[in-house]
Amino acid sequence: MANDAVVEVRDVRFALGGRPIFAGLDFQVRRGRITAIMGPSGAGKTTLLKLITAQNFPDTGVVRVFGRDLATLSTREIYAVRKRMGMLFQNGALLTDMDVFENVAFPAREHSNLPEAVLRKLVLTKLQAVGLRGAAALMPAELSGGMARRVALARAIVMDPEVLIYDEPFVGLDPISLGVILRLIKHMNAALGITSIVVSHDVQELSSIADDSYLLSGGRIAASGTPAQLRASDSPAVRQFMTGGADGPVPFHYPAADYATQLFGTDPP
Amino acid sequence: MTGGRSSYPLDAIRRLGSVALFLGRLLLQCVPALARPHLVVLQIYNAGARSLIIIMLSGLFVGMVLGLQGYDLLRRFGSEEALGTAAALGLLRELAPVITALLFAGRAGTALTSEIGLMRATDQLTAMEIMAVDPLRYVAAPRFLGGVIAMPLLVAIFSVIGLFGAQLIGVQLMGVDKGVFWSQTQSSVGLHDISEGLVKSLVFGIACSLIAVYEGYNATPTAAGVGLATTRTVVASSVMTLLLDYVLTAEFL
Repeated sequence: MANDAVVEVRDVRFALGGRPIFAGLDFQVRRGRITAIMGPSGAGKTTLLKLITAQNFPDTGVVRVFGRDLATLSTREIYAVRKRMGMLFQNGALLTDMDVFENVAFPAREHSNLPEAVLRKLVLTKLQAVGLRGAAALMPAELSGGMARRVALARAIVMDPEVLIYDEPFVGLDPISLGVILRLIKHMNAALGITSIVVSHDVQELSSIADDSYLLSGGRIAASGTPAQLRASDSPAVRQFMTGGADGPVPFHYPAADYATQLFGTDPP
Repeated sequence: MTGGRSSYPLDAIRRLGSVALFLGRLLLQCVPALARPHLVVLQIYNAGARSLIIIMLSGLFVGMVLGLQGYDLLRRFGSEEALGTAAALGLLRELAPVITALLFAGRAGTALTSEIGLMRATDQLTAMEIMAVDPLRYVAAPRFLGGVIAMPLLVAIFSVIGLFGAQLIGVQLMGVDKGVFWSQTQSSVGLHDISEGLVKSLVFGIACSLIAVYEGYNATPTAAGVGLATTRTVVASSVMTLLLDYVLTAEFL
């Protein structure tokens, strides 16, 4: 089973500005599957993506992508690994000075010498896949949030990546756009055989599409398995997250001084 | 505070080192950036052509003031006919490069910093990195080159228009002889003076463009961070221009 791991994270420790984010993180992403990484805000989900995409490197431990230890690679080799990945950013991260067509064409223009006619067909087929062929001439500022994310998805798949990484793909979407994105993630995975990593805190949405799930909490994987297994977990931390409990291991109150003392002072009259 | 102790001189040195490293990496990317001439041309247009109006207007007024003040000063010594020389040398060697650089920092430098800073804040630079495109090569280097190429051109335009402004006041208004004005200008301005202006404009172009691109590239990715970076661009570019101006002037005299 270990052989079909596309991303492997082994005993990773990582601190940011003196604050420990990960303390012994272990998990793997298997080829051809949709892996969900869930966790409350501030659990280090985005930091984890930065480790997988070699924007940051672990203090100790190993991050392997396509079997290669990212920390041992040169910049050129890291770029070669990244060419096999696609990433969808939370806000789309479209280049604002180009129209939709040019945004999708951007990676292809940079990394290949395709003739203009071929490039045009390539971009149009990718835009067709996300349902936005008609929007090719629009500028990013003219797109809704959901549309921008779909354009970014078309851009992410234009070079036919082996792994697609979604950073909070459901945040701030109306129900229709959310349904569209869900369907697209499923479709990209099934039709193109792309391995998908979805990082999010939307339990409901993730449960409906994920093959494997990991719950990130306190700097390590608190629980893993299928979404159904996670829901059946009896760990209080997992239960609180899966059911959306307001209080629990993640307390409702940010740590503070005693309430009565703070309101009435130490020497009440 | 658990991090390293920070003090002002130490921070300043660290910052200087970081700018120097950035310049090194930027220069390495300038050659491949030239392989995409359309990007550089676009940035010459953005930094240069779009600054033309403010440069031309300022040049005209600075020249006119130079004409007035110069005439008044020279008349006290009875040598009004030297106005052409004074205006030409003052503009070519000093005023045109310095004032153009200051205006460039305010007009093009701030635009560069805020544009790159906002690209950072909206993850566009990170997205490029993930797409295996070096943002230094695609975003920073063309903008840096655009600024470096645009500055000497702007300085040249400033000088010409400034000289015209000085002539407008000196000859048309104050009655200095037109032939004397131009012949004095022609005979006193040498290649040395032109090259002093050219070298200054090149150095200022490098300094101002580097500061603008660096501040934008390293801006904290928030609204406040981009605002602060933009302010820092203007302050650092202006101080650096005046400082370098002194050094270069001392070198040329």
